[in-house]
Amino acid sequence: MDYLLSEEQKMIRELTRKIAVEKIKPVAAKYDQSEDFPWEVMEILAQSDLFAIFVPQEFGGTGGGVLDLCIATEELSRACGGIAVCYAASALGTFPIILFGNEEQKKKFLPDLASGKKIAGFGITEPEAGSDASAIKTTAKKDGDHYILNGLKHFITNGGDAQTYTIIAMTDKTKGARGASAFVVEKGTPGFTFGKKEDKLGIRASSTRELIFTDCKIPKENLLAREGMGFIVTMKTFDMSRPGVAAQALGIAQGALDVAVKYSKERQQFGKSISSFQGIQWMLADMATQVEAARALVYSCAKEIDAGCKDVAKDSAMAKLFASDVAMKVTTDAVQILGGYGYMKDYPAEKFMRDAKITQIYEGTNQIQRGIIALQLIREMAK
Amino acid sequence: MNIIVCIKQVPETTEVRINPETNTLIREGVKSIVNPFDAYAIEEGVRLKEKYGGKTTVITMGPPQADAVLREAVSMGIDEGILISDRAFAGSDTWATSYTLSAAIRKIGAFDLIICGKQASDGDTAQVGPGISAHLDIPQVTYVKKIEDIKDNLARVERMTEEGYEIIEIPLPALITVVKEINNPRLPSLKGMMRAKSAKIAHYKASDIEAKEDCLGLNGSPTQVVKIFTPAPRIGGQILKGDTPEIVEKLAKELKPEIH
Repeated sequence: MDYLLSEEQKMIRELTRKIAVEKIKPVAAKYDQSEDFPWEVMEILAQSDLFAIFVPQEFGGTGGGVLDLCIATEELSRACGGIAVCYAASALGTFPIILFGNEEQKKKFLPDLASGKKIAGFGITEPEAGSDASAIKTTAKKDGDHYILNGLKHFITNGGDAQTYTIIAMTDKTKGARGASAFVVEKGTPGFTFGKKEDKLGIRASSTRELIFTDCKIPKENLLAREGMGFIVTMKTFDMSRPGVAAQALGIAQGALDVAVKYSKERQQFGKSISSFQGIQWMLADMATQVEAARALVYSCAKEIDAGCKDVAKDSAMAKLFASDVAMKVTTDAVQILGGYGYMKDYPAEKFMRDAKITQIYEGTNQIQRGIIALQLIREMAK
Repeated sequence: MNIIVCIKQVPETTEVRINPETNTLIREGVKSIVNPFDAYAIEEGVRLKEKYGGKTTVITMGPPQADAVLREAVSMGIDEGILISDRAFAGSDTWATSYTLSAAIRKIGAFDLIICGKQASDGDTAQVGPGISAHLDIPQVTYVKKIEDIKDNLARVERMTEEGYEIIEIPLPALITVVKEINNPRLPSLKGMMRAKSAKIAHYKASDIEAKEDCLGLNGSPTQVVKIFTPAPRIGGQILKGDTPEIVEKLAKELKPEIH
């Protein structure tokens, strides 16, 4: 299907596809096994200006939008969902600064993030604050020209490897959700350390770690927006980044479909390619249709955000929900088409299936997404 | 430092088919790319510019669609591209090609270093680079695997040989051809691709390069391709058995049957 992409978006697709095929595919299994952070790939992405595509031009970016990021994330995920999320999570950590940073903050942090000299991370989740983000316990106490951070974040993508973090902490516990604030914290700040690195089912090339704040003193200039804006910063950031997760799911699904089609043409049983059997053909046709439908939803939602539409929460949730469910279904079917080989690590199918699962869970579980969609539906009906 | 990189557009596949009637490559339906060895030349040019400053220019001789490989070089960081294209150049062999390229380089003006890939993946002659240096009467080093240093108008390079490598110092301006061991070519960058898309590629025609007409194209090409064919596979040798005197006798008989 032709999505009438701009010249620049076509270039992003061409470039990321090339990087995915030439530089990521050959190392995907290696990083899946070793769980090392894929710095060599991050350096290539940086050199190719891919960290610049979601940053405004005046701060070293190319001024692209959410669709540009979705295209890049999709193509990278087609080769490895884990490496792609290291990239996409840097965008997630950068968005709060783009959306809410003042001129000084943007000048200070964005150029290094746009060039890929530094990568970013976003920290809100805590052991007892997952879907219920208002339960966070990390505190930020004003102390003259500084804030003192104390607490623990966990499951933080790029944790330990990123240099620049956006952290959500409570500045006023009595105000509940309105007492949270967003801060930029740099790696190396005294009192900011890293804890346990998670051993994951999928996306194993990406690092997921605990962030530990122990009387961590940061300058008050690192507060984004105003005190109490923490959840607004988070919600607006997620509205921008959710299509990115959907695009990751889409890329994983497409990658699994590619593998399944190729294998079905090569695999001979009963003297024929298994692609000549209707049972396989119908599976492939259903998989391709679902992938294309997911793409249409993800791209439409991204275009809507780039055009400046308000109230994108429902569409953004739909894109994430649908694309990730498609990813789970398509990758599972790909394993089925590869049969016994699909179950083995010598073939890439099982990795796509493991990588797909997380897309139904993070940045709001699919149950939370359904909640957002339903709530919006009911609200619209009440108007 | 002014650097000129010479590149060629070649068919992507290494299994090119040949038209038996015309003895030329069948290019239809085959994607064209930058000659893989030239990618190392481009990368080295960009690296030298990053290290020593100056300007990089990429040139190619070919049909109008060769514009694409020049833009690809620009997307990798080369400053300017020049397409040398004219019907008069058609049918050039390596002599006429290197003559034409050298004339174009004279027209560009002052330069310090010319970098070529060691050979093209379609013709595999490895003659054009050395040909350019001969026409320009400048020193050349082929099969360069490392540029150690450039200072005081001298380049110190490592030249790959079958046994190892030689370290050679050459005065600039000079020409080098490079092997794949020299670097790891970068991928294009997005900003580079954007710049390449809008880059102005200069176009030199035969009349622009002050070349002697009878040295161009088919007329200027002493090479006559008589026939191109796939050689018949070698038949396996014969193994002689027995004790040494016996084998020697048999061998001598085989080699000089008239003696016996």
